[in-house]
Amino acid sequence: MSIAIYILVMAGVTYLIRMLPFTLFRKKIKSRFFKSVLHYIPYAVLSAMTFPSIFYSTGNTVTAAVGTVVAVALAYFKLPLIVVSVAACVAAFVTGLFI
Amino acid sequence: MKKPFKRGMLHGLPIALGYFSVSFGFGIVAMQSGLKVIEAVIISLTNLTSAGQAMGVAIIAAGGTLLEMAATQLVINLRYALMAISLSQKLDDSFTTPHRLLAAYGITDEIFAVAAAQDCKLVPSYMYGMISVAAVGWVGGTLAGSVANMLLPVSLTAAMGIMLYGMFIAIIIPPAKANRKMLCVILIAAALSCIFKYLLPAVSVGFAIIISAIVASVIGALLFPIDEEKEETAK
Repeated sequence: MSIAIYILVMAGVTYLIRMLPFTLFRKKIKSRFFKSVLHYIPYAVLSAMTFPSIFYSTGNTVTAAVGTVVAVALAYFKLPLIVVSVAACVAAFVTGLFI
Repeated sequence: MKKPFKRGMLHGLPIALGYFSVSFGFGIVAMQSGLKVIEAVIISLTNLTSAGQAMGVAIIAAGGTLLEMAATQLVINLRYALMAISLSQKLDDSFTTPHRLLAAYGITDEIFAVAAAQDCKLVPSYMYGMISVAAVGWVGGTLAGSVANMLLPVSLTAAMGIMLYGMFIAIIIPPAKANRKMLCVILIAAALSCIFKYLLPAVSVGFAIIISAIVASVIGALLFPIDEEKEETAK
């Protein structure tokens, strides 16, 4: 299938999700259940996207696992996004040199 | 008091710097999924969102269906609908429908957070200032990451494939550390995703992710509904 069609669907849906409520919606969401789902969803999505895919992200599960451990450890100490990300990359790269 | 457009640009600057580094990782992932530089750049320009784009690229690489693409984007980006509703209550009267149609493009987690924190009504030029600077950072980072993937040696770019996931980990770990309920939701989502990958490989990647995320979030919402207070700080 043409990549242009994929991009069109992707961008179209993403825009409509933002645009329709921004232009049309005038009420507040009342349901506590629905608000709770919306609160959890971004984190659940990122978690499901990250695991187990992160272990295949470098082409070698050992280097990826080392990078993952470094990322989790640094994130635990609330280091900035870019630091966590670059450290994971460096850890995976350095591990790769020894394999 | 500065002009609203200029003030928006200033507020957009730190957002743009953060976006540059995240979309750099996206550029790398997009290239490694077999996309062209121009395609990665157009995706970033037209979508302006990280998780949705990463998922979209994975679906393109796997040759998924358009229904799968639409469904994953809907679920992953559903939070923007809530932010859009919230922001729509703060708009100045000068925010007419054409302005809303245009500014809706730039509702992201970070832009929402900064705009929602303003103690005045939002005018279109302020939003345009912030969105334009942030979008330049996002698209520029994608371009830089894509080009870096072509120029740098494979041993390095292979390791850079982990960068985007490193960002995701940096986003989910701190709230999981601070809040056991969030940790629970995150672990359920990860466990379900692993189950799909290893035990139910017939389910395509996009559906596996959204089913995992929705089930984990619904369990979280049923077991630990959020307080009304917390809703204000929810991302």
